[in-house]
Amino acid sequence: MQKGSGALLDIRNVTKDFPGTRALDNVSMEVREGEIHGLCGENGAGKSTLMKILSGTYPYGTYEGQVFFGGEPTRFSGIRDAEARGIRIIHQELALVKQMTVAENIFLGAETAKYGIIDQMSLYSETRELLRRSGLNVPGTALVRTLGVGQQQMVEIAKALRGHVRLLILDEPTSALNDAEVENLMQTLRELKHIGVTCIYISHKLRELFDIADRITVLRDGRCIGTEATADITEDEVIAMMVGRAPTGRFPSKTRRAGKVMFSVRNWTVRNPENKDLYAIRNVSFDVRAGEILGVSGLMGSGRTELLQSLFGEYGFQPSGEIMIDGKKCKINSSRDAIALGMGLVTEDRKNTGLILMHSVTHNMTLPSLPNLSNGPVIDTGLELASTSKLIKELNIRAPSVESKVETLSGGNQQKVSIAKWLMTNPRILMLDEPTRGIDVGTKYQIYELMDRLAADGMAIIMVSSDLPEILGMSDRILVMHEGTIAGIVESEEANPEKIMSLAAMGAREDRRSNS
Amino acid sequence: MGKTRLETSQSTVDMSLVEQVPGKKLKDNLRAYTMVFALLAIWLVLAIATQGTFLEPRNLSNLFRQTAINGYLAIGMVFVITAGHIDLSVGAVAGLTGAIAAMLQVQWLPTLGAELGVAWLQAGWPSTIISIVAALIVGTIIGIWQGAWVAYGQVPAFIVTLGGLLIFRGAILGITKGINIGPMNPTFQGLGQAYLSHTTGIALAIASVALIIVYTIMSSRNKLKYDFPVKPLWTEVVLIVLYSGLVIGFVIIMNRYRGVPIPVVLLIVIAVICSFIFNRTQLGRYTCAIGGNLEAARLSGLNVRRVMVQIFALMGILGAIAGIVLTARLNAATANAGNQFELNAIASCVIGGTSLQGGSGSIPGALLGALVMASIDNGLSMLNVQAFWQQIIKGLILMVAVLIDVKSR
Repeated sequence: MQKGSGALLDIRNVTKDFPGTRALDNVSMEVREGEIHGLCGENGAGKSTLMKILSGTYPYGTYEGQVFFGGEPTRFSGIRDAEARGIRIIHQELALVKQMTVAENIFLGAETAKYGIIDQMSLYSETRELLRRSGLNVPGTALVRTLGVGQQQMVEIAKALRGHVRLLILDEPTSALNDAEVENLMQTLRELKHIGVTCIYISHKLRELFDIADRITVLRDGRCIGTEATADITEDEVIAMMVGRAPTGRFPSKTRRAGKVMFSVRNWTVRNPENKDLYAIRNVSFDVRAGEILGVSGLMGSGRTELLQSLFGEYGFQPSGEIMIDGKKCKINSSRDAIALGMGLVTEDRKNTGLILMHSVTHNMTLPSLPNLSNGPVIDTGLELASTSKLIKELNIRAPSVESKVETLSGGNQQKVSIAKWLMTNPRILMLDEPTRGIDVGTKYQIYELMDRLAADGMAIIMVSSDLPEILGMSDRILVMHEGTIAGIVESEEANPEKIMSLAAMGAREDRRSNS
Repeated sequence: MGKTRLETSQSTVDMSLVEQVPGKKLKDNLRAYTMVFALLAIWLVLAIATQGTFLEPRNLSNLFRQTAINGYLAIGMVFVITAGHIDLSVGAVAGLTGAIAAMLQVQWLPTLGAELGVAWLQAGWPSTIISIVAALIVGTIIGIWQGAWVAYGQVPAFIVTLGGLLIFRGAILGITKGINIGPMNPTFQGLGQAYLSHTTGIALAIASVALIIVYTIMSSRNKLKYDFPVKPLWTEVVLIVLYSGLVIGFVIIMNRYRGVPIPVVLLIVIAVICSFIFNRTQLGRYTCAIGGNLEAARLSGLNVRRVMVQIFALMGILGAIAGIVLTARLNAATANAGNQFELNAIASCVIGGTSLQGGSGSIPGALLGALVMASIDNGLSMLNVQAFWQQIIKGLILMVAVLIDVKSR
């Protein structure tokens, strides 16, 4: 029988076919014992497929090639086999039962029990130890739903550390984390490395990879492009490996020019509908001009999403303040009102609030525009198809057909569909909440170009983003939020990462600039 | 936001996007074919077991008539379930509206007519029309009322309609005093018992064929208008011949007995109208969207609450139609009329591929499901299988149908 090399994980010539596509094409890579191994590639490059083979989701025999773990060939028939060998995977989407406690989640399915009765003492004492190792400072009795996203991510890690762990795989672990939480996660991973846990870290965020990974492997179109030591390679070189061409700058040059004020908000104050004594948004005032992209930055929980949703008429208890479009006061009680006034909102979570995954590209794209595509109550399906395929072409959406279900598309194409859905309503004011979260570099660039083009055509764009380079690269002005208030509005020429971060983290100081 | 801005120039349409993906189409059709084959298999087994009696025109006529009432309810249930809800009250609504129609015709209108000295209120067409309209109005109001509880009160539909089930069952007992209300006027009875004359049947069949042809031409024209590829002519012709053959064959078989039963004509008309609503109107699209992802639907500007009320109103109307036809067929309203019809309607939907998770449904599927349920009832009765076995077998078939559906996804 073949023997593996000295590496902890040795993937040899793995090929995986799906009906109609080859997801992995003769991929070989090695992960050394005790290293943090970065893995990157555009959406659809094959990262997830490869990880599903490692974790036993795709059992032995459904792929070609060999995987050696600790020098032994693997023949996993399921996830449990992989776990028994010490391979753990943490998926991008958190898989926790929110109504249960931290400890119950960590030991779900692996409780110490006698005659089916759970030993509570050992449950909570072992949890305490795992939480300590993963650097999470919450009691094991806390309900998961009371934790922030970053803390929930740590619970996932604590859960993965249960038992004997040799290889920990993290798939886009930071897509929902703020900078402080990311730093916390990095620290935890470094500590795990010290105690000998090997880690594969999958991310789009090159800065994180360069921060933490010892070596980086790049996949493209199901092929392994190469593995390099982080010290020997630059971010631009990695991007070139990912996209297969030299990077032409991460952000397109501006063609837009700001015109007159189109959208104004004055003294906007919104209470939290779940706790009516709390203010989610307090006294927020700003203007957006036609042809302008206003970036909204801030830490997780600073009220950015709540601001957009409340302006769209879909969040908050007793909102007060004024919204003006073209200088005229508007009353927005629901998304219907907002759409009628020419507003659109691309939500941050395309899977849960943006798209209907089981429905077709057409049905998703035309949902808010059906009244314009109908004669009376009857939908003009010809017009519907024509409008859809026109936008599919314009946005370069890769879908096998207009009838394809959205769930079969890649993340980037799903995001384009959720943007196209709003473009079909011909909005004048477009609000984008995390427009490039979890999508690949190439698609990001296309979305940036699209935003610039829309603004150049006279649209007013408000973009919320947790990605600081994106905020700095795309915004004409940057509104920084802190605990539901405006910490400052910064012109893009005067903006730098330090300034934005200090406003976001500490709120307004002397240099508070507000256009109220 | 004029329509003009959405219109497209020929050059920008990507043809390749509009053509069907062969794989997807085959898979979708496979599911539909599976159902048709399952039904045919059941028919074959029953035909062999009954030595052919099952497939005689007389029995097929009965079978379709038995399917009709469950069919009306199953069609409405497709909307409700696709929107992610459930309606447990439909049997009780059918019973109550049927009882109201019967009470009007048998007691209230004659009494009122006698008091006012108006003879025409007491019998004949006027009495039948008033009774039917009243039943339809009551059904609609019940639907709106329950829909409002679900949409505005935000009480789960399961609870609202479970409450409704008890309330309407109680109301039936209250107004009928637990006795059979009948007989109905012959004009009313006809809705449940009459047949189209043979010539009318053939005439309607020819009209349907003409409609199918006109519809095919119109949809091709619409495609051409936006410069989409149309199916090759021969496939269109094959489809037209196939559908026309089905329609004419059906009428010929029914005519070999007494003609097409009126409830079946009604079922076909309702199925066509509701399929159109489901597939081609905003209401239908919104129904799927709400069941598919409520939050996304709300953020897309849908008036989710109004759509919910409309769906329950439609269910109420179809419940009333079921009630009217039931009363006509039994020639009386009874206290337990419509008992457990809700379960048959839900089962028909589910057998027909409507997902209980919401988001997708099929009206032709639900009709096939209703036909499966009725075939089993009918066939097993012919074989003198005891009633308890019929229930057990229907229950098992429901579970197996869903098992096959889940496994084949």
